[in-house]
Amino acid sequence: MSYDLIAIGASWGGLLAVGTLLEGISTELEQPIVIAQHRSAESTRGALESLLQRHTKRPVCEPHDKDSIEASHVYVAPPDYHLLVEGGRFALSIEGRVQFARPSIDVLFESVAEAYRDRAIAIVLTGANEDGAAGLAAIKRNGGVGIVQDPRTAAKKAMPEAAIAASQADAVLPLEEIGQFLYGLCCL
Amino acid sequence: MPAGHLERGEELELEQLEVELLLEGIFRRYGFDFREYAPASLKRRLRRRMDGEHVETVSALQDLILHDPAVMERLLLDLSVNVTAMFRDPTFYLAFRQKVVPLLRTYPFSRLWVAGCSTGEEVYSLAILLAEEDLSDRVRVYATDINQAVIDVARLGVFPIEKMQEYTQNYIRAGGSHSFSEYYVARYDGARFARSLVDGVVFAQHNLASDAAFNEFNVVTCRNVMIYFAQPLQEHVHRLFYESLAMFGVLALGQKETIRFSPHESSFEELDAEERMYRKVR
Repeated sequence: MSYDLIAIGASWGGLLAVGTLLEGISTELEQPIVIAQHRSAESTRGALESLLQRHTKRPVCEPHDKDSIEASHVYVAPPDYHLLVEGGRFALSIEGRVQFARPSIDVLFESVAEAYRDRAIAIVLTGANEDGAAGLAAIKRNGGVGIVQDPRTAAKKAMPEAAIAASQADAVLPLEEIGQFLYGLCCL
Repeated sequence: MPAGHLERGEELELEQLEVELLLEGIFRRYGFDFREYAPASLKRRLRRRMDGEHVETVSALQDLILHDPAVMERLLLDLSVNVTAMFRDPTFYLAFRQKVVPLLRTYPFSRLWVAGCSTGEEVYSLAILLAEEDLSDRVRVYATDINQAVIDVARLGVFPIEKMQEYTQNYIRAGGSHSFSEYYVARYDGARFARSLVDGVVFAQHNLASDAAFNEFNVVTCRNVMIYFAQPLQEHVHRLFYESLAMFGVLALGQKETIRFSPHESSFEELDAEERMYRKVR
């Protein structure tokens, strides 16, 4: 079994968590990594990209509408847009907030579930809301792999707990072990 | 094959077929062409309408839509209402003041087209900006959308009162030179913006997918509208804008849109790369 895309959802406490997670992902993994991190609509342009770039050698960028999805890249959803994937490309939307969030993790995950089905991996990290739970359930329903940060190790545990409650996750792990788990899925 | 036991993959293929049939049906029955919309967000909106109409399948939705124009109208709202904000991306409006306004001053009269105006937030933002630059009488604004219902909302100029704090901050960051509250009156139904702002605005229904160019413009803004289109339709609309722009006219796109996908990319030069403003030079 091989996988074509890794999607990550994070909210409160996510910046640190995503950074740690990226550090633990082997350079051998070539799957594109797509991140929906909740943040304010007014957040400074490019700030999240450069913060995350410190944690990985892969190029980190905010995709433009209809950009093609490239191997070994890290993509972060732009502030105040929903990020979706379709047919190897990104699509953006400014439809209403979902679970008070834009970007919404559910919107990203549901589009990944549909486009990548059993070739998708989705990871829910720390957060103080329930975004990502419905999305992770969609990933699982379509045959993909669902990973959740162990709530006991999360800065805010509501979001990983909601994800665990909504679907049968394939793994519930502390951040430091997720990279190894991904390596096992993708490289062994 | 036993009914009700489709594999998940088959279910998704089947749903894809149902969506294509629905869009074909809508086009032939009502003339609205969503066949080249970007699929991911289109499907989200279809599912929302399915929930709203309490149906389980796209085929059941199709049945309702083909037989009941009221359901079609509700779907049209789902597909065309975009949640935008006044002075969304304040730096865009700042750049507009600094780079587009001086160009507009060189013309005794000019035309600006807001393509895909939705409920009008951007129209009022630009109208305020033009008024403050003393250009209201010299710039005719045309605001169009595929959906008559949202145009009616835009014409009314009433926006949610609870948004005014956010809009005021945007307005200030956008270089606004007055007090934002001068432009509206708080009423029971929301913040009602001054009629005079849009007295000269021509609101009209126009379908970017199927209607032709209808005038020559010095500025076309189409921000976060084409993101809902698949690439062939984006190219079509880019051709329409190219044909609609006067020489040295300005095309303004959304923050995350790029002119790379325009077949006329080489006919434009950057006016402000960061704010996605391009100028037609050939």
